[in-house]
Amino acid sequence: MDWQPFYVTLKLAVATTGLLIVLAAPLAYFLAYARFPGKSLIEALVNLPLALPPTVIGFYLVVFMGPKGAAGRVWEAVTGGSLLFTFLGIVVASTLYSLPFAVQPLKAAFQKIDRRLMESAYILGLSRKATFLRVIIPNSVSGIAAAAILVFLHCMGAFGVLLMVGGSLPGETKVASIAIYEAVEAMKYREAGLMSLCFIPISYAFLLLVNRLNRGA
Amino acid sequence: MSLQIRVRKKLRYFEIDLDFSCPDDHLLVMIGPSGGGKTTLIRMVAGLETPDAGRIAYRGETWFDSERGVDLPPQKRRLGYVFQEYTLFPHLSLYDNAAFAAADRAEVDDLFARFGIDHLRGRKPHQVSGGERQRCALCQALARRPRLLLLDEPFSALDVVTRRCLREAVKGLREGLSCPILYVTHDINEALFLADEMVPIVEGRIDRGWMQRTIAPIPDSEEAPLRATRQPRLALVY
Repeated sequence: MDWQPFYVTLKLAVATTGLLIVLAAPLAYFLAYARFPGKSLIEALVNLPLALPPTVIGFYLVVFMGPKGAAGRVWEAVTGGSLLFTFLGIVVASTLYSLPFAVQPLKAAFQKIDRRLMESAYILGLSRKATFLRVIIPNSVSGIAAAAILVFLHCMGAFGVLLMVGGSLPGETKVASIAIYEAVEAMKYREAGLMSLCFIPISYAFLLLVNRLNRGA
Repeated sequence: MSLQIRVRKKLRYFEIDLDFSCPDDHLLVMIGPSGGGKTTLIRMVAGLETPDAGRIAYRGETWFDSERGVDLPPQKRRLGYVFQEYTLFPHLSLYDNAAFAAADRAEVDDLFARFGIDHLRGRKPHQVSGGERQRCALCQALARRPRLLLLDEPFSALDVVTRRCLREAVKGLREGLSCPILYVTHDINEALFLADEMVPIVEGRIDRGWMQRTIAPIPDSEEAPLRATRQPRLALVY
């Protein structure tokens, strides 16, 4: 069995999870506590990847990151290369695709924190940013871990978006889910079966861990 | 007068409309029935809630002025606040909680020794009793070297014995403290024990007659001298 797609999948999941937790935490904090007109519009926008078919997201990402798209043109001007069909491209796609999977559990974890703790921090002289870093984050560790695991699992299973944005370049953008699809297409059922089997214990173990973290939170 | 408060704020069932001041070194007790606006008032002084109109000034510094559009955030008022319920940070030890915003860590050591919780410095808040948590909350507030100390029914959730001990501790605390203290309670005994001055607040307004209406003197009779040796001079009628 070819292990390279698993390596690419793991690399992608780790990169996306790391990137998303850092990006989604402030966004989730903002959505958890800020009150402003049009908040529900922003929340719906963040959750849009949950409701759209992956191919639709993939299509718009191809347009956006392609040579004529805004991101693609900026990227080409800066680096001279393309975002499409690269590992970085699928990291960007996967990050946008998994955004709600990070924001929702993080927001729920932040909302669980007693508001009086934040007030206590303000009284003690902490700014909002310092309160976020010194009070909210340390008291949301299990929620953050649960969000990270959900994002990680979601990235491992991504298929349509990655296929559209990254194609199937071995060692670069060919992830395990695409490798399974191609094996089935080529009627290599034994290989597809073995690769599929690898997913089950990993996903199951991580989900058990999420349940445990949620119970402890 | 070091602290001047003149505020108005519309609440659901009544309007808070208060105008009073508190001199330096005074412990001013705000007393009255629950739900009368005492906590809202103390939160406005802390900057956690905004009055609809009025002015709050401390030693010439304006903290809030609706006319001039001044509203200093709680971070800049530099005050100590002990809440009704425990608000220590659960992820930190008692010592780290108290030292969280301390001006000098040596002061935290002194405060811990003074409040008798030195042996608990490494424990987390959930590993100690309610009384110990509130002692730590007092240390946390004092270690910040507050310009004003706000105590909002800090001992109401504690048992009678612990409450009495901590009441004594607050009284003792005043000797080394030069800032005014605003103390909210609905416990008349606590108020009588601690107060330099009392402001009875009923439905958002100062009601000087509330104390007289609430505390009824025991009527004189032939047995009065005898009874006075056994009973308190005041009886609560609510």
